[in-house]
Amino acid sequence: MQNHILSIILFTPLIGALVLLFVPKENKAAIRWIANLFALGGFLISLPLVPRFWATLGDTSHQFKFLEGTVNNWIPSIGAGYNLGIDGISFLLIMLTTLLGWISILSSWTAIEIRVKEYYIWFLVLQTGMLGVFMALDFFLFFVFWEAMLVPMYLLIGIWGGPRKLYAAIKFFLYTLLGSVLMLLGILFLYFHHHTLTGVFTFSIPELYKTAPQIPFATAVWLFLAFFLGFAIKVPMFPFHTWLPDAHVEAPTAGSVILAGVLLKMGTYGFVRFSLPFFPQVITNTSSTFMSLTVRGWMIGLSIVGIVYGALVSLMQKDMKKLVAYSSVSHLGFCTLGIFALNQAGLSGSVLQQINHGISTGALFLIVGILYERRHTREIAEYGGISNVMPIYATITMIMFLSSMGLPLLNGFVGEFTILQGAFTANWRWAAWAAPGVVLAAAYLLWLYQRVFFGTVTNPKNEKLHDLTPREILTFAPLIICAFWIGLYPKPFFQILEQPVNQIVQTIQTASPNVNAGAPRLAPFQTWDSSTHPNSALNNAPSPAQQASAAAPTKASN
Amino acid sequence: MHSAATAGDFFFLSRIWLIPLFPAFGAAMMFFFGRRLQKATVSAICVGVVVVAFLFACFTVNDYTHFAHGTGQPFEKIVYTWLGSGDGHLTFLKKDGSAAAFNADAGFLLDPLSAIWLLFVTGVGMLIHIYSVGYMAHEGGYYRFFGYLNLFMFAMLTLILANNYILMFVGWEGVGLCSYLLIGFYFHRKSASDAANKAFIVNRIGDAGFILGALTLVWYLGSFRFTDLNPLLRSGHFAIGDPVLTAAALLLFVGACGKSAQLPLYVWLPDAMEGPTPVSALIHAATMVTAGVYMVARSNAIFVLAPTAMKTVAIVGALTAIFAASIGLVQNDIKRVLAYSTVSQLGYMFLALGVGAFAAGVFHVFTHAFFKALLFLGSGSVIHAMSGEQDMKFMGDLRQRTPTTFWTMFIGMLAIAGIPGLAGFFSKDEILWQSWSSEGGAYRVLWFVGFATALMTAFYMGRLIFLTFFGKPRMSHEVEHHIHESPKSMTVPLVILAICSVAAGWLGVPPSLGGSNPFGKFLEPVFAKEAHVMQVEEPRQLAAGEKEEEHTDPMEYTLMGLSVGAAIVGLGLAWRAYAHAGKDYKEPIAQAAPPLYKVLYNKWFVDEAYDYAFTGRRKVGDVRLGVLGLGEASSWFDAKIIDGIVNDAGWVTRAVATLSTWWDKWIIDGLLVNGPAVLSRFLSYPARLFEWGLVQWYALVMTAGLVGFAVYYVWK
Repeated sequence: MQNHILSIILFTPLIGALVLLFVPKENKAAIRWIANLFALGGFLISLPLVPRFWATLGDTSHQFKFLEGTVNNWIPSIGAGYNLGIDGISFLLIMLTTLLGWISILSSWTAIEIRVKEYYIWFLVLQTGMLGVFMALDFFLFFVFWEAMLVPMYLLIGIWGGPRKLYAAIKFFLYTLLGSVLMLLGILFLYFHHHTLTGVFTFSIPELYKTAPQIPFATAVWLFLAFFLGFAIKVPMFPFHTWLPDAHVEAPTAGSVILAGVLLKMGTYGFVRFSLPFFPQVITNTSSTFMSLTVRGWMIGLSIVGIVYGALVSLMQKDMKKLVAYSSVSHLGFCTLGIFALNQAGLSGSVLQQINHGISTGALFLIVGILYERRHTREIAEYGGISNVMPIYATITMIMFLSSMGLPLLNGFVGEFTILQGAFTANWRWAAWAAPGVVLAAAYLLWLYQRVFFGTVTNPKNEKLHDLTPREILTFAPLIICAFWIGLYPKPFFQILEQPVNQIVQTIQTASPNVNAGAPRLAPFQTWDSSTHPNSALNNAPSPAQQASAAAPTKASN
Repeated sequence: MHSAATAGDFFFLSRIWLIPLFPAFGAAMMFFFGRRLQKATVSAICVGVVVVAFLFACFTVNDYTHFAHGTGQPFEKIVYTWLGSGDGHLTFLKKDGSAAAFNADAGFLLDPLSAIWLLFVTGVGMLIHIYSVGYMAHEGGYYRFFGYLNLFMFAMLTLILANNYILMFVGWEGVGLCSYLLIGFYFHRKSASDAANKAFIVNRIGDAGFILGALTLVWYLGSFRFTDLNPLLRSGHFAIGDPVLTAAALLLFVGACGKSAQLPLYVWLPDAMEGPTPVSALIHAATMVTAGVYMVARSNAIFVLAPTAMKTVAIVGALTAIFAASIGLVQNDIKRVLAYSTVSQLGYMFLALGVGAFAAGVFHVFTHAFFKALLFLGSGSVIHAMSGEQDMKFMGDLRQRTPTTFWTMFIGMLAIAGIPGLAGFFSKDEILWQSWSSEGGAYRVLWFVGFATALMTAFYMGRLIFLTFFGKPRMSHEVEHHIHESPKSMTVPLVILAICSVAAGWLGVPPSLGGSNPFGKFLEPVFAKEAHVMQVEEPRQLAAGEKEEEHTDPMEYTLMGLSVGAAIVGLGLAWRAYAHAGKDYKEPIAQAAPPLYKVLYNKWFVDEAYDYAFTGRRKVGDVRLGVLGLGEASSWFDAKIIDGIVNDAGWVTRAVATLSTWWDKWIIDGLLVNGPAVLSRFLSYPARLFEWGLVQWYALVMTAGLVGFAVYYVWK
């Protein structure tokens, strides 16, 4: 069974959805209990992955761990395979997904009253889709999950959303679909290109890694752009972000939590997993420019504009949820800035910040949802003096606001600072331009806090609000614990990210050794790679032979 | 590290990391259980942990003196790797292209500099905690207040004891947070929450500078650790005026301007008086606001290599000193006068640092902590007696009714004014003398600014004391009826602080007055080494500490006489104007120069100017500038342009779809498919005339045909 831990994690939510199919829709209590059981189960079942993954940290000869399936084993005629495998980056994102999946399903208990059965079924399907994206090592499988994720989210917004839910749902769906179609074209090019070179049709990502460097530069630029658009919309990077506020405002609370917490990370994950390793020569090239900026310059520029612009727009919002949505644009700008700093600090900081954003912004959406459930409005002007009537809620909100604005000893600071360090060593101006985002974050969050929580209760409708219930506190507790954990002791996270991040940096340097990537030369991390030949990590395709050898010791240990 | 080898011998020193954790424990207790605890239990826990921290700090410093044997050798204790993977594989590229490990520890450093701060922060902090028990006795949110105070002590101690810039930043932002929470303690008042936001956001601007400065340093030198940086900086590899180090120093100074309320970021501190008075004393006078001075002093090795930054520090410090003092001359709110006084005194400290007199600056921090905490706590006692009244216009003649408060505050006034024998005299005169004599007299204009400030200081402090305690009672009868001396828990700290306000100065009596300046001696190892660098590179730049010992310039006595004279003149002027103030007393400045009075009274209109230019809370004509203006423009751009394009793309798609539908319906299907059908229908019309589907008709025609044929053949 040891080898199937990923499949088990992946399909637990889906099994839950299937079980729910057989429960009569009138029996809401049973549906809620079963859905929560499977959501919690999905989280608990992913916990054993933590020690097991931790134990593999020393094994640096394999890029991906817990491999499942063999190349092309699913649809051999087209070369598609059911291949799963994770590295440090996907491991952290998977843990985030299972945690947030459980929390958002728990938070929906009283919020969803119509079509309860369908809601939970779609939510669990969505959960499997997201996990699949982070686990798939086969482009075909990846794309199936990537698209499969869209439909449940579309329905969650479109059915259980607010007044403008149809507009928001369709905008979300079409916008994202536009990106993924272009990405599909890119995938197909890589697929046929691989065939041209090797005579083999395969969608296996590690196999495709190997042939990607032979793509001519001019073609690679277009491929990069195709992937870029798909990911940039998902992140979302400025100026592709306007679907986000609409989707967030209309989505039910749990949908927003998952949307911000996990779905946005698909974009950044795509950059890290595909754009950087497949097209390093495009990102690092200094000769071809568009409007006098290189590709990397554009990426960084859009990130910085996103950071400052997102924060400025956030400052002016009158709707709490929209404010949090725009703050995501700003925070994700930090994540992409870290990625395109192309060095270890930038990349580790970026992945860490993705986790942090899932924790903090996930919590912020829960916070907004709690007031919305009580008052059915998100207008900031409707509130004031809430800390008088809901002190526990006010305290938790303050902690999560501080985490979101990057106060040291909470999670946000660790990510932001590491990104700034990476950006600074790549080019000090980038860090300097991003710094106003940190100041503005304090401004929009504290101003929001002042308007909602401080003062006296002026609106009579707020006088009788009841403080958090134990269930609601339970939804926040794991997030607060994680926020303090990452803030106080982030070392394990850095250790988990070390190998995959070094791998990417090495790939970039192999492609263009002279680029001013601000990344270390090979020397500092030879220690972990010296045992095998330089490309072994990249050559670690799950070929049948390797699978057998990888599986052998684990079987023996059973 | 050889210090680590001997650390085990010192019980307290090797457990130095416990010091911040004591108050952190108190804060955590309040967070989880505070709501359910009695006030007495809250006081016991929260005051108790600070007392323990103070005692522990005393023993630790005692251990340290045995450890260092007067060499000033820093003691470092690294508890764990905080940022980074801890194995050296997570690296970054330095400016010179070599790799260094990305690493920041949870590590603690004790040297003479941090020892001084450690002692007075825990000492003054303890007194203010005790005072608060009395002051806050009748306030709501008692546990919340003490929880925040303990959290502040945790953050401040982390700031002081950190062994690297990033852990220092933890404390740096932490004290900012606590300041925010405590300024906004009376969160029902909008003015309080406004002031809290202002404090946090202005501090954040400084914090951005701090972080960028620290990043510059690590990019250039490869480490955040003071014990790595200082030897490197003093090794002689870096030229004086190195541009990167200058940039780093200036960025760090931006951080210091935010935290220590210097121009142009001082605006938050006067508003911070919205918080309870003990908070003003602890955070906004004695400890937190000196963090900027501490950081610059801690970074002295960098600043010494950056003369441009040093000049900036000196000039900003001097300008802040006189600017804030000028506002303090005419304010009527007793706490606001003290707030501007604090800003002004912090300016003095930066003036000292900027002219290279680090020890003198630190000495002034030390003495100022006592007399300013005393004055603030005294003002709190006055406000307490006055049933919450803070406006000095409505005070007067309190000296017999609140004698302890009066006498202790009177001592505080003498100390800050610089009357010989009290703490402020020694520290302020040292600063003035250093600014006169350093750099071969290049800064004499700064000396004059400092001198003028001393005169103003004496005047506004005299004004404060005389308006409050002398003259005729100007309050309402009801208030007058309630005037009472404060309880023991408040007056005892006042007395202790008053004693310190006299005694602290005697730790730093300069040689020119026959002392040996043990305070300066103790600090010498922290600052002495860069003095060496300075001498090597530029013989004219003599170090502060060394010069002072050799020097017995008659000029020093002249200057000393001048500043004592200024103090006496200032107090005298104040006495003449306010000592007999009745209900209709006149402000001398208002009478002499009404426009100037108006400008000073409105604080040079700086808040208004900032609101026009930077925050955008006020419109310039119809245009909103500043951040809010940018925000409005961005929101408009987002809704109209970016989302407009998206929606337009949707509209165009729909329009094209509609057009396609029309084309499909009318052209493809209509013209090309149905067209031929219609045509053939039309063309077939004549044929159809004969065929209308009536079988009988067909039969008739057939029959007729048959008959026709038959007739034809028969006929034929």
